[in-house]
Amino acid sequence: MSLMHAEQTAIRHPGDSGRLMAWVAIATLPGIITLTWHFGWGVITNILLAILMGWSLEATVMRLRRRPIVATLRDNSALVTAILLGASLPPASPWWLLLVGMIAAIIVAKHLFGGLGHNPFNPAMVGYALLLISFPVPMTQWTAPLGLLSSQAPSLSDIVFHITGLSGTTLPDTWTGATALDAFKNKPETVMASEFWATSPLPEGARTAWYSVSLAWLAGGMLLLYQRIIGWQIPAAMLGSVLLAATVLYAVDPSHHGSPLFHLLGGATLFGAFFIATDPVSAATSRRGKLFYGAGIGLLIMLIRTSGGYPDAVAFAVLLMNFTVPFIDYYTQPRAQGHSRPNHGIKPPPSSNEDRR
Amino acid sequence: MILISTALVNNFVLVQFLGLCPFMGVSNKLESAMGMALATTFVLTLSSVASYLTFHYLLEPLGLEYLRTIAFIMVIAVVVQFTEMMVKKTSPLLYQVLGIFLPLITTNCAVLGVALLSLNRQSSFMEATLYGLGAAIGFSLVLVLFAAMRERLSAADVPRPFQGAAIAMITASLMSLAFMGFSGLVQV
Repeated sequence: MSLMHAEQTAIRHPGDSGRLMAWVAIATLPGIITLTWHFGWGVITNILLAILMGWSLEATVMRLRRRPIVATLRDNSALVTAILLGASLPPASPWWLLLVGMIAAIIVAKHLFGGLGHNPFNPAMVGYALLLISFPVPMTQWTAPLGLLSSQAPSLSDIVFHITGLSGTTLPDTWTGATALDAFKNKPETVMASEFWATSPLPEGARTAWYSVSLAWLAGGMLLLYQRIIGWQIPAAMLGSVLLAATVLYAVDPSHHGSPLFHLLGGATLFGAFFIATDPVSAATSRRGKLFYGAGIGLLIMLIRTSGGYPDAVAFAVLLMNFTVPFIDYYTQPRAQGHSRPNHGIKPPPSSNEDRR
Repeated sequence: MILISTALVNNFVLVQFLGLCPFMGVSNKLESAMGMALATTFVLTLSSVASYLTFHYLLEPLGLEYLRTIAFIMVIAVVVQFTEMMVKKTSPLLYQVLGIFLPLITTNCAVLGVALLSLNRQSSFMEATLYGLGAAIGFSLVLVLFAAMRERLSAADVPRPFQGAAIAMITASLMSLAFMGFSGLVQV
């Protein structure tokens, strides 16, 4: 057993969090490359713009608070937030969408609470959830997986026009479409799952594209696990509960529920399990707490996916569980050697006699 | 279904924005929040039952429906008094911890809101009871979680203009954002 959890270095040794976050950024590379391969240059422009915005926003806040700018930027947390948000938005999102999301993420969710180490909610997911609620239309239009090199794919200049809004038109319909989870969610109640897949409702290659992107995130996650940047508890508990819930639902009624594999690979489940839920600041800290936290996220994802109003629920599930983290931590504090169980419950207020003394 | 709907989807605090005063007021300490949650759960359930009975067996036969707001306030005040006496006898410790907040449940807008809203839904007796219970569970859940969150925030390095109530409000708004994820879960 290592004496120091990797997860806690962000708080104990501020100098180390830069290295930690740099590893997270490196581990997103396979996912980003696969995303770009299938969905075009829009992914890269998203991420680059988000990084630029993240850095400038963070620098502005630090200037206002008269704190060292460079030292803060070097902890790389704004970089990771920007990458995560940029990768979860639809490729080639307009600049204002990214800007609103990054302001919500960096300023509201992170720096108003005191910066890295103090934010109770995952910044990238606050930005994502806010955008999803405020701008549902641009947020659910994913570009079709045409492939990077295909002739139909939008060229770089098209993308630039779309981002800046200069062209005045939106992308042609052939470029956009719903995600797999979205399409499956909106299928009519009478259509059986097998019939639904037989009609091939998605653009060609969409399922393969989504599955391979998920596997690329998994590869990045394995790197993080190998480097001991993240613990196994949260991803394992989260994926396990998603798998269990999806298997039970599929076994009970295969005609209306997606297969467990579909739930695992079809959306952002793996991305969320390794990159979002494991955020060292907003996740639970004790080992037992992490298991509860991960399992809670998995169950909420399945609950919202199967009966809620949103097709992919990773952002909301993570935020909802972030919200319970202080409570989970409070009840799963590890006991120090030789101490008895922590004394919970209602404690008497200082009695009035003591006050008079 | 009614339970889930009122506890999560239409959570009284975070989605309908009722009962914000105790939500902000009592959430400084986890322990007092838990006591308050228990007391409010009890009062909410009992008062939604009592106000249902009052409306359907007293006001309606007499044709006095327009008096319902006043009548409900009185019913709630009685229930709160009753709870206060009971807590004082059974758990003096809790009574001491809750202090002023116990009588203040009377002014909790969620309590009156539940009574009036469940009337608008034309619900049966059982439904009205469940509605009250669901609202109470939702309120307690959010209050306790928020209190734990605020204990953690008290240690955070919040910029000075945002310390205290401001950051609590921002936290509550982010929690409300997260609760939007439940929308569409149950159609009621």
